[in-house]
Amino acid sequence: MGKRRKRKTNNQSRPDSYRDRGNQEMNITQILFWLLSVMALFGDMMVITSKNPVYSVLWLILTFFAISGHYILLNAQFLAIVNIIVYAGAIMVLFLFVIMLMNLNKNTEPQKHRWVKFAGAIAGGCLLLVLVAALRNTEVKGQSALLNAGNIGLIQNLGKELFSTYVVPFEISSILFLSAMVGAVVIGRKE
Amino acid sequence: MPINYYIFLSIALFCIGIAGVLTRRNAIIIFMCIELMLNAVNLLLVAFSKMHYRVAAEAGNLSTTAGSDGQLFVFFIMVVAAAEVSVGLAIIVMMYRNIHSVDVNFLNRLKH
Repeated sequence: MGKRRKRKTNNQSRPDSYRDRGNQEMNITQILFWLLSVMALFGDMMVITSKNPVYSVLWLILTFFAISGHYILLNAQFLAIVNIIVYAGAIMVLFLFVIMLMNLNKNTEPQKHRWVKFAGAIAGGCLLLVLVAALRNTEVKGQSALLNAGNIGLIQNLGKELFSTYVVPFEISSILFLSAMVGAVVIGRKE
Repeated sequence: MPINYYIFLSIALFCIGIAGVLTRRNAIIIFMCIELMLNAVNLLLVAFSKMHYRVAAEAGNLSTTAGSDGQLFVFFIMVVAAAEVSVGLAIIVMMYRNIHSVDVNFLNRLKH
């Protein structure tokens, strides 16, 4: 605890140098940021281009691990662990089970016409272009996200906040889970 | 790390998800692309939460919890996504049982 506070005061004493250093020298945090970003984007591209659905699921798991790495870089440790356990663990296993249950593979994969695929890719690219062009020159108040420091992402703080301010939505989400469970059973039942 | 990098990374992930929804016909892959878009939004929420924390901490308030709202929203998005996936996969399994395919083009029968 004392060590962490000391590190934070260090950041306090030199915020300008910390901010202005930019890309001039690559420290380990920036290298990790770029590595994880490339990993996430590559995994995404492979998800939508893989012919075999099982490969798509595996690439999506890689993407989730890259995003969890981003959370760890941002010191949001609780979300990183939850992301791995819930998304990469539970949800992706569910997807994999369903795909294997239906015995989907490369041969059963429905393919769109080449021009329709092309049009879809162009549409996605146009959205990317518009959003990047709109947000290229934005001035954000904080300018940069704090990496490697700050303890708001730890489970102690999030738990306090969750069980004081957000206790009603938390309880309502349990009702949501109950109704989702009942709904899944009712829909999946053989009539 | 400048917040703009996170914004552009999230936009790129989101647009790849959109392109996946538009180019694929397998219902499960479309569903996975929606998960991917949700994750892009989650990443941006966490980045903004740390940005707000930084602003509050640099103003001198060292024990601030500013920005923890954003991370709790990400938590609730994950909760809702888990519930959504269970119901959505049940619907896809039912569709496969009825028409023996996961091709979304067969779903245009809903129109008639």
